[in-house]
Amino acid sequence: MTKSACQIRGLEKSFAQNRVLRGIDLDLRFGEVTVLMGANGAGKSTLVKVLCGYHRKDSGTLELDGVPYDPKDAADAISKGVVTVHQTIDDGVIPDLDVAANLTLNRLTEPGAGFFVRDRKMRAEAQKVADSMGLTMDMRTRVGDLEVADRQMIAIARAMARVPQVLILDEPTSSLSATEADRLFNLIDRLRDQGVAILYISHRMSDIRRIADKIVCMRDGAMSGFFDAAPLDYEGAVRAMLGRSMAEVEIDPAKGGKPVLELRSIKLTEDTAPIDVTVRDGEVVAITGLLGSGKTRLAEIIFGLAQPVGGGMQIDGKAYMPGHAREAVRAGVFMSPKDRGTNAVIPDFDIANNMTLPFLGVFSRMSMLKGRQQKSVTDRMIEQIGIVCQSNADSILTLSGGNQQKVMIGRWLIEQCRVLVLDEPFQGVDIGARRDIGSHIRRTAAGRATIVFVSEIDEAIEIADRIIVLNEGAVVGEHINKNIDLGMLVAQVSGLSAQARAAG
Amino acid sequence: MGKDRILNFAIRYGFLILMAGLVIYFSLAAPGFGSAISAVFILQSVAITGILALGVTCTLVVDGFDLSIGSVATTALMLSAYAMVVLEMSAFSAVMLCLIMGAVVGLINGILIVKFRVPDLLATLGMMFLLIGLQRIPTQGNSIATGMNLPDGSVAEGTFSPAFLAIGRHRVDLFIDDFVPVPVIVFLLIALAIWIFLGFTRHGRLMYAIGSNERAASLVGTPVNRYKIAAYMISGVMASVGGILLAARLGRGDIASGNNLLLDSVAAALIGYAVLGAARPNAFGTAIGALFVGILLQGLTMMNAPYYTQDFVKGAVLVVALVFTFYLSSRRGAGGKK
Repeated sequence: MTKSACQIRGLEKSFAQNRVLRGIDLDLRFGEVTVLMGANGAGKSTLVKVLCGYHRKDSGTLELDGVPYDPKDAADAISKGVVTVHQTIDDGVIPDLDVAANLTLNRLTEPGAGFFVRDRKMRAEAQKVADSMGLTMDMRTRVGDLEVADRQMIAIARAMARVPQVLILDEPTSSLSATEADRLFNLIDRLRDQGVAILYISHRMSDIRRIADKIVCMRDGAMSGFFDAAPLDYEGAVRAMLGRSMAEVEIDPAKGGKPVLELRSIKLTEDTAPIDVTVRDGEVVAITGLLGSGKTRLAEIIFGLAQPVGGGMQIDGKAYMPGHAREAVRAGVFMSPKDRGTNAVIPDFDIANNMTLPFLGVFSRMSMLKGRQQKSVTDRMIEQIGIVCQSNADSILTLSGGNQQKVMIGRWLIEQCRVLVLDEPFQGVDIGARRDIGSHIRRTAAGRATIVFVSEIDEAIEIADRIIVLNEGAVVGEHINKNIDLGMLVAQVSGLSAQARAAG
Repeated sequence: MGKDRILNFAIRYGFLILMAGLVIYFSLAAPGFGSAISAVFILQSVAITGILALGVTCTLVVDGFDLSIGSVATTALMLSAYAMVVLEMSAFSAVMLCLIMGAVVGLINGILIVKFRVPDLLATLGMMFLLIGLQRIPTQGNSIATGMNLPDGSVAEGTFSPAFLAIGRHRVDLFIDDFVPVPVIVFLLIALAIWIFLGFTRHGRLMYAIGSNERAASLVGTPVNRYKIAAYMISGVMASVGGILLAARLGRGDIASGNNLLLDSVAAALIGYAVLGAARPNAFGTAIGALFVGILLQGLTMMNAPYYTQDFVKGAVLVVALVFTFYLSSRRGAGGKK
């Protein structure tokens, strides 16, 4: 039996009142890939951050190869042999330097490093690192000019130069194409053979099938599933990850009135199948799929932020092809984007100004703002959607994630629209706020077509009348939200059925 | 709790109280400081800087920066002189020409930043250099005055028209005859207009939104690029107004004037962050910031501080104001909700 490289027992971590990790037990073994699955907010990233020294644990024990381990900061964690490659690749590389410099960067900070950089020696060393990892790119290329996958490889290669005992990969394939991901998997295979213990965080089924030796699932800050008997029970793992929350909301699916938004043969890229979707008046349609399934692209096309390769759209029978968010809003298509921190929140503004931002024209006469009207409409929305705050003049940053998201969605409900697009509306939102948002969206659904893009199946089941599944840029399934065949839905999301078709 | 309230009070009113304290101190210590004439004198001394500072405030609001304002002002100074003295144009045409020049420079700045993606500091730095050079070319680096020799050997016969000079020198009767100079009135009107524009119109609100989170502003349908360009155009026009007033006061196209305009006006705008604890660019703060510097310098001058200490004093005020803004405000932020 392989030895335990990293042993976690009873790990707990809270942020204020919020218990994010409630006693985690986990073993990572040498020469084994452990896949960690968990829905948004399950506590995956907190666990990673404790392991890589970004957060300090509250209680519990950590051991590395039998030695107690409590990293003070990231550098401490790395020096003790725990190396993490984070989701955002560009945090791991310096785009303006060449490959050689990136691969040997940490040598520059080591004690005993000379004052002058010796290029020739550095390149030779870098070449050695590259060879050991099977990297073939020219050492003098600027990293910024490389493909995403190559950049990712370099981030990992540099991490490996430290000879880690434990390597943590946080959703490493989220921005890679299939062939790029393949190269990453080959690399992971090689590292496993070298005896590295790997913790791999992802919920992309195709990744998991390719590399997992063992699957562990997290839900609500605790371990909810453990699978290591071959063949691995993937469906069981998905169920363990989603858990009981599935059946808590009863939905009586609406049929919807006449078609409002029609997508006709929309092609996301040159080599994906065309997408045909019709969303009807009063209907809430959830479009779900894994990262990289084309959801985001489709949302961007509907809101005018990107153009499809082919096909067209109609709203109420009239051709619709916006070139800018502004045109979309004018045509009555509103979108609450994902990642509210970067895409939606105005940090300097209070609630009232954040809420009314898209419709300042409505709240002004001859350009002069009517502050009282802004506030009264905001107060009404705070009441309707249940935002917890002191007053409409609170700074938006004093609100919790869920309440911020309520403001971001509320801003698009002030005016009546034809099509409401919500991209990942439950990202970083606690369960209570999620229910509030979901029920408010359903209550107000009449008179418009609503499309919700979510990557979590349970979120789709909570909000939608109809669920459409995207995989690799194509529609692979459609379900009316009543007595759904969960197994089939999960299979479609993870691409199992597509593969079965291809095989058969 | 009590400590928090004191801190909040200090952040909000500290700067205004400091200013009031200065006025009282100087009134007692320097005879003649606490008079209406001295007040008008201070206003006059800060009017041109203040107008430029209000322009740069608009670019700061959209999270930009305009380093070219000083050179736009001196270009307007030279251009108005050239238009009247060499080209013998009317005062009205000269003023219009300068305003258009300011708007065009702002437009070019905006396009460089928005379309060609040149970082704001670099784009406007380049424009600053370009203008400093450009304004010297038509006169071969000489100042412009009636009777000067032109490159082609002839003599410039045009003059600054009385109407133009009045813009800089005329004083309006207010309680006392010939009391308030025109530049002060222009400054106060522009301050009022920009204060209303930034604070109370939807355009101003959207500009603040752009400055705070450009992407979010764009995703609610704001034409971000147009607003940014507009901000630089406002800045350019304000700078040329400042230049026109300077030309009218001097009565000649003095190549060496206006060296301090850029730093002084940027300082005023940045000091403005500290006023009323705004911690962001705002027109009221900018105007107060300009006045603050004016009061301090006037007071010190009347107490016989030598002129060469002036820049040191301005710098010290700026540093204190920045600490006020960034350190104290961040402490307040960390303290949680009000």
